[in-house]
Parts: sequence; structure tokens; C-alpha cells
Amino acid sequence: MAGEERSVKVKIENVRKVYDTRNGEMVALNGVDLDIMENEFICVVGPSGCGKSTLLNIIAGLLEPSSGRVLCDGEEVHGTGTERGVVFQQYALFPWMTVKKNVMFGLNLKGIKGKEAEEIAMKYIKMVQLEDFVDHYPKELSGGMKQRVAIARAYAVNPSILLMDEPFGALDAQTRTQLQQELLETWEKEKKTCFFITHDVDEAIILAQKVIIMSARPGRIKEIVDINIPYPRTQETKMSPEFLELKNHIWSQVYQEYLEVRK
Amino acid sequence: MNNKNKTSKIPKKVWLLISFATAMLAWYLLSLNPVTARSFQNQVVVFNSMFTMIERGVFWKDIASSLISVLAGFALGFVLSLPTAILMAWYAPVRNILEPWIQFIRNIPPLAYVPLIVMTAGVGRKPQIIVITIATFLIMTVTIYQGVINVDETLIKAARVLGATDKDIFLKVIAPATLPFIITAIRLGSSTALTTLIAAESTGAVAGLGMRIRSLNNSFESAPMLLYIIIIGIIGMLVEKFVKYLERRFTGWQEKREV
Repeated sequence: MAGEERSVKVKIENVRKVYDTRNGEMVALNGVDLDIMENEFICVVGPSGCGKSTLLNIIAGLLEPSSGRVLCDGEEVHGTGTERGVVFQQYALFPWMTVKKNVMFGLNLKGIKGKEAEEIAMKYIKMVQLEDFVDHYPKELSGGMKQRVAIARAYAVNPSILLMDEPFGALDAQTRTQLQQELLETWEKEKKTCFFITHDVDEAIILAQKVIIMSARPGRIKEIVDINIPYPRTQETKMSPEFLELKNHIWSQVYQEYLEVRK
Repeated sequence: MNNKNKTSKIPKKVWLLISFATAMLAWYLLSLNPVTARSFQNQVVVFNSMFTMIERGVFWKDIASSLISVLAGFALGFVLSLPTAILMAWYAPVRNILEPWIQFIRNIPPLAYVPLIVMTAGVGRKPQIIVITIATFLIMTVTIYQGVINVDETLIKAARVLGATDKDIFLKVIAPATLPFIITAIRLGSSTALTTLIAAESTGAVAGLGMRIRSLNNSFESAPMLLYIIIIGIIGMLVEKFVKYLERRFTGWQEKREV
């Protein structure tokens, strides 16, 4: 990618988030600065309670920062917008809608209806290989399939950045590996900017170009690690010395923060 | 194990028939014992009492009167409970002011306050409808309110990031997500309506199933009393069937907990 000029997709400027709790103020994020570049795949790791979900929710516009601001394509973020798609850990599929209806939900809100909406929906249902399940209800699907539907639903409205909040966290190891592989393939094809939260260091390294390590409460960015392993990455990549070296480093950093939390 | 396999081979319809036959036999046995026969005369006598009541010109009037009161009271209760529950779920002041009183009144048996309502509303159908409306309103408000506050927050977030406005969220997320609770509310409300009916007809009624049972009691006519009681049971069962149908039709998508 040498010489390729990439623009900033999302600019996070000195974002601070304070929650009022019964035990007084709780600082969830304390001065976070970060540039997410166009087409970049970023993973955020950190101990639970480090504010990584809070950060994602602020970028999504589901939360307002207490101070500081977030710019998306140069415009200050207030509230949600379809250019910022979100995939949640709990799938968040509408249980009363079939797979197809779920994927069409955002399209219909955009005013895309009927045949056109159906065609777009089918394209993304095929992308996640669920064409045999279009008329199934979520209760008839496994966890992995549900998350595939959620990914298709997020893609369908054509966001320019995907925010993923531990999307594979509730899945078993095999399904998780498979979905990681599928996500990588999709990303390499579409090169959509991805902001991906995980607590799994392996997952972060196999997916991301950059891994952000967050420190324990109050959440700050502790270190940004460039992952210079070339794509396409496969499961064998996880055996390579460079992978293991990165894993060692990131893991020890996260573990230190984990010990901080325990104190 | 073997035995279990054998019994599970009998189809449901046949079980229903066996159950019915058992009850009929029990009833017949009760009618043979002189003591219990005072309450339980045999099937033929009870069935024939229907013609007596028809001849007296009250049978259809009683059924119609009760059904109208139940339907009107239930419908009013439902129409009032839906917006109240939503307002309670959305606005803390509404919730804080109403909830304690809803809980308080809900625990008072309607029979206790019927005379008070008759004093103001007069005799006839009006107090009946008011009482049934109050009782069904209370139970349905509590149930629907639970449904609205239990809507999964992530579903609302998911809708919002896909571009939903507040109106979209209400119509396309909260309404369908609350539907199972609304159907539960209909079930509880309709059975409350029937239970309350008897209380509602206790004072100042001129016709009705509950009123008639009371007046038959004065003349010791146990056969038509039992007939009327069975009719109330049949109405309840038909309502239950209808609610089950609504459930299958509208909330088949729900994750069912295995029993």
C-alpha cells in the first residue's frame, strides 16, 4: 500500500465519558484520541470495564461523550447514522421477523422497498451463506447463523464503517474461527472500515491491521500495535513466529491491565 | 418405560374423550349419593333444566346480558390499559403516581366495591361494565407495562443504528416485542372479566348468568344453577381457545422455553 494516500474516516478527539453512578462519578473513558483510517481494520482489546464498548457506542452515536468529540468524514457525530453500522454481541435480531425481513429492515427504513430491497437483502444473505434459511425465524437458527444474519443486516444498508462489539464473543471456538475467516474474506473484498472490539488477543491479531490496547479504568489508549502480517491470513498464520511474538507482547500488556483492575 | 410408551401411543383426541367420560361418570356417581345429589342432579335433569329456563324466557337473555357486560367491560379495560401501560413505561412521573394505586386496588376483590359503584352508577348494566372495566384494566395494565419495560434494549439500539426514528422504534420494535405480553394480558383480562362478572351482577342486576345463579339459589333450584355454572365454564374455555389461536397466529416466532 506504499504511496497510497488514505484519508481519516473517523477522528476521535479527546473523548471523555463519565457515568453518574450510585457510588459517585465513574470515569469510563479519559481522553481518548484516535484516527481510524479509511478501509482500515482496527481491533480494540483490553480488560473488561476498560471502556471499549463505551467508545464503540460513542462512535455509533448511541452515547454522547461527556467532553471531546467524534468526527465521521469530517462531520461531528450526534446520534446514530446509517453510515455507521453496528454488530452487537447479542445478535439483536428481531425475533418476529424472518432472516430476509431482518436484513431488509434497514433498507425499508431507507425507503428502499419491494423487489429492490429483496434483491439487496438476498445479495448479503448469500454473502453470509444463508440462502437456504431466508424464511426462517431467528429461533430456528444457531448462534453462528444468527450472527451471520446480523452481519448481513449491517452490510445491507451499505455503511462506510462497521462497528463490531465482541460479535463472536458468545460463539463456540469452531464457529468463531469460521466467522473470523469469513469476515476476513469479506473485508478483503469490500475493504470496509472495521472497528472491532474483542477480548480475544488471537482474534485481534488475525483480523486487524492495528490493535489498540486499552488500559483499565479509566479507559485510555495504552498502546497501538501495527500488525504487519500480510493478508490473506489463515489459521496457519496463528502458528507463525511473528504472530506468536505479537501475541506475547499484546497479551502481557493486556494482562498487566487486568492485574490493575484486580487491585 | 414400557408403560410410558404404551400410553403415549394413545392420540390426544382419545385422551380427551377418556377425560370427558371420567368426569361424566364422576358426576353421575355424585347424583346417586343423596347428599351430593342436592347439588349435583344427573345429566338429564340438568340438561332439561335448560328448556325450563328457555320457557321462562330468561335463558338467552341471561347469556346475552352477561356476554355484553363482559365484552364491553373487557374492551373498555383493554383500550384504557394499552396507553396507560405505555405511558407508565415511558414517563417516570406517570409510573410513580399510578403504580402504587394500581397495585393497591388490584388486590381488593371487586365484590367488595360493587355496592359502592351501584350507589353512584345506579342499577342495571352500567355498574357491571364499570366493575369489569376496572378489574380488567388493572390486570392488563400491569401485564402490558411489564412487557413494554422488558423490551430488549439492544433491539432498540439495533433499530436505531439502522436508521429508525422514535416512531419507527415504537411501531416496528416496541409494539411487536410487546405483543406476547399483550396476548397474555388478553388471557388474564378475559378470565378476570368472567370472574368479576359474578361479582358485578351481585347487586342491582336484572338479568345475567351470575344474577340468575343467585336468584335460583333462593328457590333451591340446583339443576339450572349447575347448568349456568357449566355455561360460564364453556364460555371461559372458548375464550381460552381464541387466545391460543391469537398466540399461534401472532407470536409463533417466540423462543419457547421447554417445559
